[in-house]
Amino acid sequence: MNQSKIIELNSKQPLLINPDRPIYLDYQATTPVDPLVLEQMLPFLTHDFGNAASRSHPYGWTAEKAVEKARQQVADAIHADPREIVWTSGATEATNLALKGAAHFYSGKGKHLITLRTEHKATLDTCRQLEREGFEITYLEVQEDGLVDLQAFAAAIRPDTIIASVLYVNNEIGVIQPMEAIGKMLRAHKVLFHVDAVQALGKIPVDVEAIQADMMSLSGHKIYGPKGIGALYVRRKPRVRVEAQVHGGGHERGMRSGTLPTHQIVGMGAAAELAVQSMESDAKRIRQLRDRLLQGIQERVEETYINGNMEHRVPHNLNISFAFVEGESLIMALKEIAVSSGSACTSASLEPSYVLRALGKSDELAHSSIRFGIGRYTTEEEIDATIELIAGKVDKLRELSPLWEMHQEGIDLNSIQWAAH
Amino acid sequence: MAYSEKVIDHYENPRNVGAMDKDDRGVGTGMVGAPACGDVMRLQIKVNEQGIIEDAKFKTYGCGSAIASSSLVTEWVKGKTLDEAMTIKNSHIAEELELPPVKIHCSVLAEDAIKAAVEDYRQKQGGAQVVVQPVMASAQTAH
Repeated sequence: MNQSKIIELNSKQPLLINPDRPIYLDYQATTPVDPLVLEQMLPFLTHDFGNAASRSHPYGWTAEKAVEKARQQVADAIHADPREIVWTSGATEATNLALKGAAHFYSGKGKHLITLRTEHKATLDTCRQLEREGFEITYLEVQEDGLVDLQAFAAAIRPDTIIASVLYVNNEIGVIQPMEAIGKMLRAHKVLFHVDAVQALGKIPVDVEAIQADMMSLSGHKIYGPKGIGALYVRRKPRVRVEAQVHGGGHERGMRSGTLPTHQIVGMGAAAELAVQSMESDAKRIRQLRDRLLQGIQERVEETYINGNMEHRVPHNLNISFAFVEGESLIMALKEIAVSSGSACTSASLEPSYVLRALGKSDELAHSSIRFGIGRYTTEEEIDATIELIAGKVDKLRELSPLWEMHQEGIDLNSIQWAAH
Repeated sequence: MAYSEKVIDHYENPRNVGAMDKDDRGVGTGMVGAPACGDVMRLQIKVNEQGIIEDAKFKTYGCGSAIASSSLVTEWVKGKTLDEAMTIKNSHIAEELELPPVKIHCSVLAEDAIKAAVEDYRQKQGGAQVVVQPVMASAQTAH
């Protein structure tokens, strides 16, 4: 690719409104790479292709310098020291390294971990694996607004508790857990605090000192950086040890071997810096869009239910259940909008969202929920078009729904003896 | 979910959506399924004095396949006698709509809806010769 082609690519907005593609409102799933980020990545795929581990020539030195600059950028974004940042292939690997690595290292002290039922699967599935290895996990319930009860958390801490892992901002419902209080409590009990900050970075200020985090998982592609890159923050003072899960070459201070993907790392560094710089302006604009969306839906559609606390929540997420319509048909009706559904009919399994179930939502409401993820490139026109679509399609499906008809007639659906099938 | 064109057609242009007076002696109403299972179908048939189903209406809460299955059976039962309508099997519905295996239960539910509507009508007429088939076991495995 020559220089002029690169410039042409950079000047393009990544998401122009395109009539051939649905409106993208799934920014909690992933984000496009910001053109400013891409620009910085490209030279490291071609001209500056060296291996950061090559110490004997300038190719390697250039790569190493770029990697270390990005390490500083990511460290700055969370108020950490660059020596506390370990590159990984993504946040899932970071969480695996944190939980398995620390659990294995500290298993002599105890074999109990605490987490929440509403965590990301990267945490929950890693905890399941640790259970198979003989560790014991407490999965704390959350309140119906999605927030954890601090007293219940405190009560779960045992003398043999070694790690607690908490999702800073929930990926499905956007709620922000009370991290400062949790961090303070865990430090007092000498329990290591792992934070999954994937959905927090770039949306709210993240400060490892303020919340006394010992480990923190981060991802590139949720902050307008590339996929395939993440980082684990591992505290130096007081020092936290993790046992390597990937061996071979001793990269990243022995915690994670493997040749560093320079271009990805440069992208994550640039994205992290940009995320912090544009956080306030992004959040302000996105909040206006979120309010517009919510108000529009509530004005046009009856019987909607917001999932998750609205006060302790990032504005980038809105999760709403539409009563009396079935989730999969709703998603089918909304093919002009790219959103995620609480009904897993759209994915591999036929389960309603476990996060919404943990909030005590019925299967029906969990199934008919829609997650709207608003991001840096969302426009007012897209929000308005979304409101129109939602209102029209929900109306249409309710016209088809015998449950809606019964509800209109004042029949309590819970009073009916449904035949299980 | 890759749906056939027929499912999408019925989903986007459902036939015979609506309600009939369930207290009308000439109307049979069958409601099957449960909200917690993700689908509820209501099929209504209007039967004339010759015992022919002259009209059918449905409303369905459910996925695209459930909506399409019930829409399809309203077309199929019209003009049939009650006994003829009772011969409609879920396999016919699944085949016609090219339902994926995970959606076969929608066709089972549609067959059950026909039976329930016919049964309701026959009971209203005195209910002498009613033979009710038990709900098919395969419907339970689908959930």
